[in-house]
This record gives sequence, C-alpha cells and structure tokens, in this order.
Amino acid sequence: MALSQADVLAGIKEIVEEVAGIPAASIELGKNFTDDLEVDSLSMVEVVVACEERFGVKIPDEKVTELATVGDAVNFIVNAAA
Amino acid sequence: MSQRRVVVTGLGATTPLGGDVDSTWKALLAGQSGVRLLTEDWRELLPVHFAARVAMEPADQMERVEMRRLDRSEQFALIASREAWKDAGSPDDIDKERLGVVVASGIGGVITLLDQFVNLNEKGARGVSPHTVPMLMPNGPAANVGLELQAKAGVHTPVSACASGAEAIGYAYEMIKNNRADIIVTGGVEAAIHQLPMAGFAAMKALSTRNDAPARASRPYDVDRDGFVLGEGGGILVIEEYEHAKARGAKIYCEIGGQGLTSDGYHIAAPDPEGSGVQRAIKFALANSGLSTKDIVHLNAHATSTPAGDVAEANALRKALGKDADHVAVSATKSMTGHLLGGAGAIESVFIVKALQDRLAPPTINIENLDPAVTVDVVRDTPRQLPAGDIAALNDSFGFGGHNVVLAFKSL
Repeated sequence: MALSQADVLAGIKEIVEEVAGIPAASIELGKNFTDDLEVDSLSMVEVVVACEERFGVKIPDEKVTELATVGDAVNFIVNAAA
Repeated sequence: MSQRRVVVTGLGATTPLGGDVDSTWKALLAGQSGVRLLTEDWRELLPVHFAARVAMEPADQMERVEMRRLDRSEQFALIASREAWKDAGSPDDIDKERLGVVVASGIGGVITLLDQFVNLNEKGARGVSPHTVPMLMPNGPAANVGLELQAKAGVHTPVSACASGAEAIGYAYEMIKNNRADIIVTGGVEAAIHQLPMAGFAAMKALSTRNDAPARASRPYDVDRDGFVLGEGGGILVIEEYEHAKARGAKIYCEIGGQGLTSDGYHIAAPDPEGSGVQRAIKFALANSGLSTKDIVHLNAHATSTPAGDVAEANALRKALGKDADHVAVSATKSMTGHLLGGAGAIESVFIVKALQDRLAPPTINIENLDPAVTVDVVRDTPRQLPAGDIAALNDSFGFGGHNVVLAFKSL
C-alpha cells in the first residue's frame, strides 16, 4: 500500500517521541537522528523495529546506517512501501 | 592511611513502607506492614498470593522515557540514589575520580529477562529490546547510578544473594579505607516480584503461604512463622571519608566502624544450625571496629521469618554476644518490609543509621507468641529508646550460599 510522505513523517514523530522522548514538534525532515535528536544507537534499533511494525516494511540492518536524517528514513519507507 | 575513617552522609530508600527515607522510617516506627495481596492474575499459579511491593511506583517519580530503558531494579537504584545524593548535599563539585558506586542486587534484572523471553517467543528476535542486556545485568543498577553521577573511582556489584546489600556497603567501606575513593554511593536493590522467582522460592518452601492474612505473614521469631515474604525496593547510603566530609561541611549521621565477612561451608540454602560462621562474622566486625560486645545496644537482625533461619541466627547472636546480648535491642524489620533479598542489608543499614540518629530501635511486628527458642531481647510492637552517649549497632545479613556479612555502625 502506498504511503504518503506526510503519513510516514507523522508516524516517525510518534515513534521517536515514544522511544526517545523527543517532542514531536522538534522532529523535522532535515534533523539528524544522532546529532540533532540525540537518539542513541540502542534507541535507533527500537525506532527501526517500530517503523517496520507500523509501516509493514523491512529495513535491513545495512540500510539503517544510511538513514542519517528523518528525511532519509521517510524516503526509504515511502519507497519500500510503494 | 589506616587512620581513614568512614562516615555516613546521605540516605535514600524506596521501600514497601514509603517512597523515601522519612516516610519509610515513620511507617516503620509505627509498626505498619508493607505486605499486600498481589493484584496480578498470575498469583493464582502460586501457593503464595502476596508480597511487599514498593509504596510508591517509579512512574510517580521518573520520566517515562527514562523508565523504559531501565529494569525495575535500576529504577529503584536511581530513585534512592537521587534521594541519598541530595541528602548528602549534592556534592557535585567533588573530584569524580575519587567518587565510587557499589550497588548490589541479589538477582539482577530478572523481570526484564523473563519479559523479553516472552517477546522472543511471541515476536521473534526482532521483538527483543536492544536494551535487554543493560537492563538484565546485575551490575545494571550500579552502572546506571555511576553514569548519572559520573563516578570514576570504580563501580562495583557484589553478589551474594540476600547478603548482597550489606556486602556492597562493606565493599564500599573498604574502598574508602584503602584510599581508592573519598565518597561512595552504596547499597542494594531488588525487583523480583514476578511469578517465576516467586515460584522458585515457593518450591523451596521458603515463602509464607498465609494468604488469608498477608500483613501478618512476615512474623520473625513468632512460633507460627512459616517463611519469608518477598519484598522489593532498595536502600542507598552515601558514605564518605571523615575528613573529606568535614572539609565540605557535610551533615554526618554516624560512622561505619567496620565489617566482618565469613562463609559457612555448610549448605547451599540452609543455615548452619551451629551458626559458627555468623558468630565469627560478628567477632570480626567488632574487632575490625575497635568495639566490644559491651558497646552494642541495637542489632537489626536478618530474621526473615523462616522456621530454621530465625532460631539459628538468634542462637548465634546469643553465643557471639554472650551476657551482653541482654542489652542489645534486636529488631526484625522484615516483619514490616518483607524480604528485599539483595536490598535487605541496605535498607536495614539505613534503618540502623536512623536508629542511631533518633535513638530509637524500630519494632518487630506480628509476634503473637515468641518462640521460646529465641534467647535474644526482641523489640516488639513499639519502638524502644536507645541510650544516650556513645553507642554502636550491628546489621547482620546472610545469603543463600552460606554468605555472612556483619556491619558495625557507631554514633559520632
């Protein structure tokens, strides 16, 4: 099922807030998970697994390191679900 | 260096009687029980339907996001440590290379371990939290406290079942004595109220099954005692080298005089009925502290409410203290808190520090008929005044495996 970029961004905001306690309002496409949002490596694993469950996609481990920003993750998920 | 003295400058506790030291101590002096019926459905699997849960849930004192990365035992450690650190005057400007942490747990993050096993079976390996290992490791409580305070003199976790909390304080005492550190956050925690550990203790016939009267179930020294009541929570002390504490103008509660450590070499779970290991531990603790049996006015007993353990301990106390046992007010506070396993020796040390401060030995509740085999002077039902002047008190803790730890505290 196709997902819109807005839907995925909204979902990621909820997940990151739930997992890492970052206020959804501060989560934007250009933000880097590590440097800007301070999501540590263990919490990033949680974010990835939660995204897989929520959006019904597979995010292989080797791809995870390429998802530096929120926008990277949104694009990957939108493409994977298409 | 051998002249270095060790004092207590901060206290923290999260227990079945209260969310902090003050509320816990007040409830303890009032003789309240922290034991309740469990509300979980799983209790029906067990012959025991009750336990002593903490009086204040971690969620009431801690952020949700922080909580989800911490095992319950780690939550207790952080909550009690924050209280103790604040009580010690929040000395954040000290040299962190001289700050240590020694916090024990008897079992570690057993609830995390078992919950994640359920996740593995239900969701597969991807369903297992990446926080699982840091949450289940027994050194997790110490490690989290050490991280928060940026302690760099060493972070340690002695494990000796129900003697763990006392052993941690003894280890911390040695670190200061041996000049490895000037200030240490130390104690013990436990969070094992879960159907599996409870089933295990029940299978050993170690737990009381007094389901019709949970608050009366923990009854050390009573003739009808039938086992211990599992409790959860933890106690933390900030201990410090005397001159270091004085130099920063810290409030000083009392001194830790010394400790005695022995092992039974007798049985994996049963106490040595002769109690020779306990007697030797008491003698070593006294000698190590420069105290004699005459100086001891109060003892917080291990006394878990098991048929064999309480009498073995009482006999050992009588033999070790001799005639001087007549002036030792013995309190069995597990009658109110339940048995916190690795947290027990720590909260009981907190109670001793408070007893020396207030000159009050806490009561032992639920003794309807004192076991005639108990030949020590048990404080029953209401607190007992302790004498003025220089006094000293002992805390003894024993663990499955035959571990004996005795800590000696002196008024200052």
